[in-house]
Amino acid sequence: MNLLPLYTRRRLINALGLGISVLAMLFGLFWLGWILWTLLDNGIPGLSLAVFTQMTPPPGSKGGLLNAIVGSLMMTSIATIIGTPIGILAGTYLAEFGQRGWLAPTTRFINDVLLSAPSIVIGLFIYAIYVVRVGHFSGWGGALALSILVIPIVIRTTENMLRLVPNTLREAAAALGAPQWKVINFVTLRAARAGILTGIMLAVARISGETAPLLFTSLNNQFWSSNMNQPMANLPVVIFQFAMSPYDDWHTLAWAGALLITFSVLTLNILARVLFRQRATTH
Amino acid sequence: MPMFLREARLKRQNWLDFLFRNVTRFFAFAVLALLLTLIIALIIGSWPAINAFGFRFFGSSEWNPVTEEFGALIPIVGTLTTSAIALLIAIPVSFGIAIFLTELSPRWLRRPLGIAIELLAGIPSIIYGMWGLFVFAPLFADYIEPWLTKHIGPIPLLGPFFSGPPMGIGVLTAGIILAIMVIPFIASVMRDVFEVVPTLLKESAYGLGATTWEVMWKVVLPYTKIGVVGGIMLGLGRALGETMAVTFVIGNAHELNKSLLMPGNSISSALANEFNEAVGELYTSALIELGLILFFITFVVLSLARYMLYKLAKREGHTT
Repeated sequence: MNLLPLYTRRRLINALGLGISVLAMLFGLFWLGWILWTLLDNGIPGLSLAVFTQMTPPPGSKGGLLNAIVGSLMMTSIATIIGTPIGILAGTYLAEFGQRGWLAPTTRFINDVLLSAPSIVIGLFIYAIYVVRVGHFSGWGGALALSILVIPIVIRTTENMLRLVPNTLREAAAALGAPQWKVINFVTLRAARAGILTGIMLAVARISGETAPLLFTSLNNQFWSSNMNQPMANLPVVIFQFAMSPYDDWHTLAWAGALLITFSVLTLNILARVLFRQRATTH
Repeated sequence: MPMFLREARLKRQNWLDFLFRNVTRFFAFAVLALLLTLIIALIIGSWPAINAFGFRFFGSSEWNPVTEEFGALIPIVGTLTTSAIALLIAIPVSFGIAIFLTELSPRWLRRPLGIAIELLAGIPSIIYGMWGLFVFAPLFADYIEPWLTKHIGPIPLLGPFFSGPPMGIGVLTAGIILAIMVIPFIASVMRDVFEVVPTLLKESAYGLGATTWEVMWKVVLPYTKIGVVGGIMLGLGRALGETMAVTFVIGNAHELNKSLLMPGNSISSALANEFNEAVGELYTSALIELGLILFFITFVVLSLARYMLYKLAKREGHTT
């Protein structure tokens, strides 16, 4: 077996291992490139002014995605408005008051688990506690389900960002006689602002592509509806239904919607990282 | 300022402190309450099915809405198989990516490449599903599946897993797409834990004449083993619960097939496909019980993952 000298063999294994690692990297980038290219290739022909000005059509006729875009924007904003304050407050507790006791470690652990919990189960949960009670699918249900996805992300980033704030800053404020609530609200939270904003942006990016939790909550609406108490159209579910249908017109619209969603999500992702990086370098 | 005014002010601030602390504590507590409500709501929702089928639910492959006879075996097996395939592919690839990002890449390329891999995680899962159904599955059926059937099909033990007509959609396709989706999660955890390895340790190994590969395999990996396993479990948790991508390509057939090329079903895709069409209390509650099972499995997997990552972080705290 040892035909090769030990040294040569070790070098060969090294070259092989590292070569495979380069291939793995290319493998990862390859899928990213392929998926993005598919989206551009299929999505751009479907993009037109009508996409932004007309309602989702019945099969076989032309139309746009206006009601779905508006529905998505409404539910995403409401979910963010509900989820963000809860997340920031709970995250503040974990970072600022969470040194002692059982509550903080437990919450931290549960929150980390919720962070990657299957989103379809969240949809089921809202269905069971809200949709069944009200008796019909509604935009509120969708927004609630999405807000449950927002909370853990905001908690995690808030806690992490507050922990990055140097303790000397807190001590300086306290030494000036500021009570703790003022220290936290006007010094530490303010110092961590950019980081927390990054977290919120990542949360928005995450929920704007979520389909599974909306299937059982907001469902879909073929018509214009800005009533949060009615079933509400939204891009992900429209894409799902149109893509699974046999109609070519619907496929074209689904690809256009997919292109829109992916590029807004990726732009948000990149913006969040660039923003946070600028912040990090000024420190 | 008179004394009594100052005292009143101090009192007011103390009270505000108290208030603020307890408001934040309330919301921290709310997260726990949320989890409890979620579990209770799912148990209540699935109670009719639990009552009707008991433990039989786990072992039965029956799924018949007409006779109202339901069993979870096929979706559970589908979820586990697709996730296993995903991990089988994703673990080595993620390890390679993490090595590349920590050891090989030129410094200026690290950040853009890291972001590119993370963007892969940012693409919504429904996009993976569409791409899988319209682009990947047809190519897979035309080129890869015939090759697999031809070359692996005749091998005695492995063969039956790769037989059957090349349809493109099926358990294997779902597993491969899941693999692409979880690679960024596993790779970024691996990269993060590789970066906590003390430079001193690596330099010592290099100083003794170890090659880069030996440093990674014999020094870095053993040192970070528990974190790496944690990252893998995190990826597994994602794969188990992933819905839309799987729903598009798994084929949604309530069949138990030995061949990975045949369509199957997973818990999440059964939910996505059938929940809104389900009529009757028992059907709905059987589906909710599926959701409960899924939540339970992912909860256990993710808890283990977090426990391992905490453990690594703690050790790092001790050594530095």
